[in-house]
Amino acid sequence: MNNIQQNSERDGSFQLRGNNFTLMVLKLIDPGDPGFLPNLVNKIRQAPNFFRQAPVVLDLDDLVGDIAGLDFGRLVTSLREVNLFAVGILGGTAALQEQALRAGLTVLPAGRGGRVDSDHRSSPPAAGTGGATGVSGNAGGGDAGGDLPARAAMVIAEPVRSGRQVYAAKGDLIVLGPVSAGAELLADGHIHVYGALRGRALAGVAGDKTARIFCQSLEAELVSIAGLYRVSEDLDKSLLKKHVQIYLDSGYLRINALS
Amino acid sequence: MAKIIVMTSGKGGVGKTTSSAAFGTGLALRGFKTIVIDFDVGLRNLDLIMGCERRVVFDFINVINGEANLNQALIKDKRVDNLYILPTSQTRDKDALTKAGVEKVLDELRRDFDYIICDSPAGIEKGALMALYFADCAIVVTNPEVSSVRDSDRILGVLASRSRRAELSLDPVEEHLLLTRYDPDRVEKGEMLRVDDVLDILAIPLLGVIPESQAVLRASNVGMPVVLDEKSNAGQAYLDAVARFLGEPVEHRFVKPEKKGILQRWLGRTA
Repeated sequence: MNNIQQNSERDGSFQLRGNNFTLMVLKLIDPGDPGFLPNLVNKIRQAPNFFRQAPVVLDLDDLVGDIAGLDFGRLVTSLREVNLFAVGILGGTAALQEQALRAGLTVLPAGRGGRVDSDHRSSPPAAGTGGATGVSGNAGGGDAGGDLPARAAMVIAEPVRSGRQVYAAKGDLIVLGPVSAGAELLADGHIHVYGALRGRALAGVAGDKTARIFCQSLEAELVSIAGLYRVSEDLDKSLLKKHVQIYLDSGYLRINALS
Repeated sequence: MAKIIVMTSGKGGVGKTTSSAAFGTGLALRGFKTIVIDFDVGLRNLDLIMGCERRVVFDFINVINGEANLNQALIKDKRVDNLYILPTSQTRDKDALTKAGVEKVLDELRRDFDYIICDSPAGIEKGALMALYFADCAIVVTNPEVSSVRDSDRILGVLASRSRRAELSLDPVEEHLLLTRYDPDRVEKGEMLRVDDVLDILAIPLLGVIPESQAVLRASNVGMPVVLDEKSNAGQAYLDAVARFLGEPVEHRFVKPEKKGILQRWLGRTA
C-alpha cells in the first residue's frame, strides 16, 4: 500500500518523490521490564511473515518506568535481533526526541495518520502477561498523507456471483448488487451490501471487534464479526429478508433490524 | 463479422444442446447465416439432436489439428437454409481444445457467418471455458430448480472474470437467461421456482421461458430441432426468444398454467 504522490522531481542522478507506507507502531510502555523482549518475540511468532523485517515506529506517549534510562541504541539493536527495524519515534518529551535523533531515529509528527486507526479500531490483542508490549496494527505513515482516508473502502458495483471471494484488506467492503449463495465477502473493516446477502460475509477478519455488517436483505449462509459467526440455520427467522446490521456487543453477535 | 454466442449453464442436463439446436435453427429461419459448434468433445450429441449424425466425416478437432479444412467438416442442414453444424470428436477429450486452435477456427467462421453458437459442455473446466472464452454474448440455460440456478450463477461469475472480454477489459459479455423445462402447474403448487425467484437471484435479463414439453424429447429422438415442430409450445417459445434476441418486443407466454377445457380435465392431460 503505497500511493505515489503527484509531485515528483527528477534530477539526473536521483528522483525525489513522495510515497505513503503503512508502518507498524510499537507502543512502548515499559521497555525496561524483563518480560519486554520475550513477550515481543512471542507476539511475532504468531505471524512471522507479517513481522519479517518490518519497519516500526516507536510510540513513546504511554511510556512508564525508567524513562530517563531509556537507551535507544540498545533498544534498536535488540529489536533488530527479532527482525523489527525501528525507523522513528512518535511523541515523547523533547529530551527523549533529542536522544532518539542521536540514535539515528527520526521524529515523526504525531499527526492524524498515526492516531486515527489506533483510536477507532481495536488492535490485535496484546501479549497476555503484564501488558508489557502492545503492538498496535495498521497505523498510517505520518508524512504528507494526512489528507488520505485512514481506511480505504473497496467498492464492487456488479453482483458477486457464486464461487467468488472478495477480500477488502485493511478497509471496508461495499457491494452495490446482490451477493449470491456460495460467494464469500471478507473485510478487515465493515461490510455493506446494498442488495440481498445470500452468501457469506465476514467482517473484521483481522480481529477488529468494532466491524459491522449491513445488508438490505438478510438471507446469508453465514455471518461473522472478528471470528464470531452464526450460520443460516441459527439466524432468527423474523429477521430473514430484512434490512439489518450485525455487530458485536460485549462478546455477543447481535443482529438488529434497521428501520 | 459474426456475433459469437455461447449456450452455457454450468449444470448438465438442463437443455443446452436442445437450446443450441433450436435457437440456431430459429436464427437461420430468420435468414441469418448461422453455425452451431459442438464443444462437448468426447460426448458428441449436437449432431444427433440436429439429425446429421450420419453425415459426419471430419470434425471440429480435425480442423483444430489441421487434419481437415473447415469446408470439409461443416455440415449443411438439409431442412433449413443458412444453417450449418460443426460436430465434435467422440474419440478425443477436452484437452484437444486449445485456445489458439479454437481462435483460428472462430476467426475463419466469423468472416462468413452472422451468428456462431458455441454449444458448451457442462462444468466449469476446460471444455466450458473454451466454449465461453471468445463469446460476445452468453445465453445461460437454467431450469427452475435451486441447484441449476446456483450453477448458472457460478458460470455468470466465470463469464465476468475469465472470458476474453473480461481479460482484455473490453465491454462485458452480454448476458441472457433462458429458463427451460418450466412447468407452470408445478410452479403453482410450489414444486418449482417461479420465474421471478430465478430472476431475483441471477439478476440478468430474461430472454425466454421454455415450457416443459413432450415435444422436446420427441424432437430430440428424431433429430429435429424443436422449433420445426410448429404445433409445440416449446418450439414457439424458442421462436419468441429468437425474436426477443433480435430486439423485437414479444410478450412472455407459457408462464401461467393453461386454462384446461372440460374434456382435457377429464382426460387429465397436461400437454
